[in-house]
Amino acid sequence: MTSLSLAVRDSNTMLRRNLRHMQRYPAMIFYLAGMPVIFLLLFVFVFGGTLGAGLGGGRTEYLAYVVPGILLMAVGGAAAGTAVSVATDMTEGIVARFRTMAIARVSVLTGHVIGSMIQTLVSLAIVLAVALAIGFRPTAGPAEWLGVLGVLTMTSFAITWLATALGLVAKTVEEASNTPLLLTLLPFIGSGFVPTDSMPAGLRQFAEYQPFTPIMETIRALLTGGPVGDSIWWATAWCAAIALAGYLWARKRYNAR
Amino acid sequence: MITVTGLRKAYGDHTVLDGIDLHVPAGSIFALLGPNGAGKTTTVQILSTLIDADAGEIRVAGHDPATEPDAVRAAIGVTGQFAAVDGLLTGRENLILMADLHHLGRARGRRRADELLEQFDLTDAAGKQASAYSGGMRRRLDIAMGLVGEPRLVFLDEPTAGLDPRSRQAMWQTVRRLVADGVTIFLTTQYLEEADQLADRIAVLDGGRLVAEGTADELKRLVPGGHITLRFADGPALRAAAVALDAADVDSAQLTIQVPGDGSVRTLRALLTTLDEAHAEVESLTVHTPDLDDVFLALTAKEPVR
Repeated sequence: MTSLSLAVRDSNTMLRRNLRHMQRYPAMIFYLAGMPVIFLLLFVFVFGGTLGAGLGGGRTEYLAYVVPGILLMAVGGAAAGTAVSVATDMTEGIVARFRTMAIARVSVLTGHVIGSMIQTLVSLAIVLAVALAIGFRPTAGPAEWLGVLGVLTMTSFAITWLATALGLVAKTVEEASNTPLLLTLLPFIGSGFVPTDSMPAGLRQFAEYQPFTPIMETIRALLTGGPVGDSIWWATAWCAAIALAGYLWARKRYNAR
Repeated sequence: MITVTGLRKAYGDHTVLDGIDLHVPAGSIFALLGPNGAGKTTTVQILSTLIDADAGEIRVAGHDPATEPDAVRAAIGVTGQFAAVDGLLTGRENLILMADLHHLGRARGRRRADELLEQFDLTDAAGKQASAYSGGMRRRLDIAMGLVGEPRLVFLDEPTAGLDPRSRQAMWQTVRRLVADGVTIFLTTQYLEEADQLADRIAVLDGGRLVAEGTADELKRLVPGGHITLRFADGPALRAAAVALDAADVDSAQLTIQVPGDGSVRTLRALLTTLDEAHAEVESLTVHTPDLDDVFLALTAKEPVR
């Protein structure tokens, strides 16, 4: 067997293990989707009227504006779940056992990453379903929806690798649950909740150039029919860079002994 | 199966293993005996490819763990000091996970899992999550998981630590059965009785050095102290015996005499003949041979006893 097919096979086994873990805690998915859904309802129904007026519209316009930010918040929240499950796993003896077996080393990590991506995408579907239920009416056609799915998959792939590395670096499970929470704040300091041009200089530059902004801009353009422009390339480049850095960091930490 | 010469490992200034030599022939049980912190687990971690040694020649199943870890991993099964089972999976799922990682194939893997559940008396608990298992059940599952790939060499790191006496007995039976099947066992333990019961050869590790090595009997010969205690029915018999044996250690309140001796049949026969000739009738007799506890305490004392 080649080392690649071995890695695929072992990753598949590890993925089944992680999916079974999730199956044992089905409430986890609602917990992960819960926070972004609450923020969605809060921002649309409490602040939405005022913020929508600032955009030159009302509550409905603000709902259309805020959905991408809420989606990325869900990705960030799921990252905390990933980091916790990786950190918890590393404290269990079973990982030491895996290390003494002739299996593809990376499979422990890829099993976590793919499992967490599935969990993230399910949580994103729940958030989108709630948005549609409260009146979000995107203009996207099948091609644009496919694009949205692609961007969200790419983003969760990148963030999940980063979260996996954070889970491996964390000394305790508590630490693993805290660090990725910063990711849920990133949509705020970007174009997630209000346009960046209303922000003071300094903050505005950060908001414009941080990785989540082009991702949110791309999703927003695809959903509401705006021009995608070059934000999709920035989004792709950021995701590739974060995924690669996260992967290398995670692999290094896992192999360090 | 295992040969080690000059094995060293240090963490910073703290030397954990200070030049260890080991030789474990195939098909035998080897026990590494020592108090907490002696370096037993570190030795297992190095031999099972979990950590690298700082120095030393190591061959496990014919391969060097540092340069050919996967060849070593393919030959061994490991049971850790802390039960390495997946608590969220059921017992059967844990075993199937191992079977899948050994690439046994679906049908064969499931057959092997059921076989081991049966062998380790876990069939009734097969569908329960491992986190709900008792200590003994977890340990049995742990060992069973190490055996899925039918390894030729099994590391058991303190397999009975924290188990009740019945579970410990059951574990010993399991280990004996494995050796009967031709598996080589590398066992670490801090229980002398366990090493005495199971091991063909015992090495005593203390403070990162081997302080003794040999069979249980060889180790026991390292400390003197065997004696025979004779008990008599009344004072006249005791006095007659004391005179006949010229005994120094006479307890007239307990009606016992203690004489030095190794408990061999020849010694006992000579002793009883002497007493017969003196018409001193012995009511009962006990032989005390030095046990491994005496050896262990003597060898691992802070100041060398000898």
